[in-house]
Amino acid sequence: MEDLFIIIYNWLVSLLSGWGVGPVLVDIILGVLGSVLIVAYLLTLALFIIWVERKLVARIQDRIGPNRVGPWGLFQNIADVLKLLTKEIIIPDGADLVPFMLAPMIAVASVFMIWAALPFTRNAVGTNVSIGVLYIVAVSSLSIMAVLMAGWSSNNKYALLGAFRGVAMLVSYEVPMILTLLVPVFLTGSMRVNEIVGAQTIWYVIAMPIAAVIFYIANHAEAGRSPFDMLEAESEIVAGFHIEYSGMAFAMFYLAEFLHAFTISALTATLFFGGWRGPFVEQVPTLGIIYFFIKTFAIYLFNVWARGTLVRLRIDQIMSFCWKFLVPIALILLVLSMLVDKIATGIIPNYLDTTLLGMLPRTGILLLVNLVVGALAFGWIARTGRRERERLESRQIAPVERPAAGQQAK
Amino acid sequence: MIPLHWYLLVAAGLFSLGLYGVLSRRNAVAILMSIELMLTSVNLNLVAFWRYLSPETVNGKMFAIFVFAVAAAEAAVGLALIISIYRNRQTVIAEDINILKW
Amino acid sequence: MTVTTIIFAVMAIFTLGGGLGVVASRNLFHAALYLVLSLFGIAGLFILLEAPFLAAVQVLVYVGAIAVLITITIMVTRRLMGPVESLNRQWPVAAVAAALVMATLGFVLVNQFSGISTAPDVPADGLTLLGAAFVDPAGFLLPFEVASVLLLAALIGAIVVARD
Repeated sequence: MEDLFIIIYNWLVSLLSGWGVGPVLVDIILGVLGSVLIVAYLLTLALFIIWVERKLVARIQDRIGPNRVGPWGLFQNIADVLKLLTKEIIIPDGADLVPFMLAPMIAVASVFMIWAALPFTRNAVGTNVSIGVLYIVAVSSLSIMAVLMAGWSSNNKYALLGAFRGVAMLVSYEVPMILTLLVPVFLTGSMRVNEIVGAQTIWYVIAMPIAAVIFYIANHAEAGRSPFDMLEAESEIVAGFHIEYSGMAFAMFYLAEFLHAFTISALTATLFFGGWRGPFVEQVPTLGIIYFFIKTFAIYLFNVWARGTLVRLRIDQIMSFCWKFLVPIALILLVLSMLVDKIATGIIPNYLDTTLLGMLPRTGILLLVNLVVGALAFGWIARTGRRERERLESRQIAPVERPAAGQQAK
Repeated sequence: MIPLHWYLLVAAGLFSLGLYGVLSRRNAVAILMSIELMLTSVNLNLVAFWRYLSPETVNGKMFAIFVFAVAAAEAAVGLALIISIYRNRQTVIAEDINILKW
Repeated sequence: MTVTTIIFAVMAIFTLGGGLGVVASRNLFHAALYLVLSLFGIAGLFILLEAPFLAAVQVLVYVGAIAVLITITIMVTRRLMGPVESLNRQWPVAAVAAALVMATLGFVLVNQFSGISTAPDVPADGLTLLGAAFVDPAGFLLPFEVASVLLLAALIGAIVVARD
């Protein structure tokens, strides 16, 4: 069965060519149309995602959540958006106007740009560039610039503090993220995102579970969500880098945060959970889009779960978790599995086969490496935790001497 | 295709702007930014020559990648020096950092 | 006027306009933002030159790391961001020198390389070739290792210098 997207694409091309449009212009028109479609789809989806998240977090916290507007409060976010649209965008005194207004746009754009390289089905992919994975890392690093611009141009010390802390965290967590991003790349031998999906007859999460977990944690921090919400720790720095934003400018940061959380789920689904792959996808390629979004939503629910249950860490804990735990583990894992993989390629015949049975030896060997590294990591973190607890328990705190009742201090 | 010398002229323009910045700015960070401009304009030159004169080899791209590495190292060490000087002297004006020992 | 020419013009304006902003703006934070714009322009030109890998590395290294580092340094040393004179006394001489360099470079480059507007196609597996050249002992293995040592030295050096 032909892919639905190819049918639509061919129909549009023939339609436009029939109107006498040149081939270059057809390309441009279809490109713009595709981008607008993806962005519009994501913006609509964002309303739903935010509703899901609010509902779930409310349930976790033993509340009901939005339940007034529409069935189950489904239209609450539309009402919120309308409210935010009608509000004034307040520009603080002494703000640097151009960076101030540019920052929310860059924050949203950096999230949307990631979707240009994510494949929805085998054929529906924005651009299957040869450097897809690198492109994703590059554009997602733009959000750091947005945070810095917002923090600086607001002319507010809380905003600046939030930006400093946030940028320190975002830059640090990029390191384990990139290190584990290399895992699907070396397993596939290609940086094209669609080829990475195509090679996952057995999902890479089964071969490299530790890498997938580290990738997911680092991305969770990149999205700046609790427990990594250094950017906007409400109880410490009021609202962080977007404290001076109001109205639609604030809504754009809000949108960027939620969409980023959803996007990292899509990224994890693509790189480690087989993207559009699923039963019967060979016969009916259009099914891929359903599998892709089912996987994305399943991973997104984990994200919401973590956000709803974990408490915020201190900045020094976050940094040492990244540099002293995630980075060494990711490095050891990467080097070790590359080494084992290379040795095994020479020993075992048909090692790089990508059929279901042919992938089994490779998956098994890499899983073994992962289990060893995971056990080491677990032992390490358990030992560190035990020492920390002993240190805290051995610290004697002298009881405060209070004057007994009735006795006045003389 | 776009003529090769258009790229070269853009790179030369950027290099000259960077040179002017290095020679005329007072703030050490601004000088460092101008140096980055010069480095990246050299990169543009290298890649343009690679594309037009020998796209079948990898040498041009390879040089550009080494320039990236050097630029990153230079920025890290240079900015660390600036921060260290700022801590000791409370200034980042290049003219005021004129004693070699104190 | 083809599409490529228009894209080239836009990217060249980004690059040169951003470069002008870096050297001309008195507010250092704005200068850093102009630097980002200029580096983006260069990344666009890399894509036009069919080197997408370098374009992505450009954005990742320059925008994601170096520009962020520069911006943070500006913020840390911001006591001087008031209305200080941004140019030193030798700026007219510097301008003349830069103009002379531009004139010389422009003259030589246009003389030597004008008229080259066709080039052979880039090999499709350019990225693989690049990767293989990095680990080829007859290729760039030694420079690659030296570059990694340089980066490690810079990493340690930056930490040692920047801490008290």
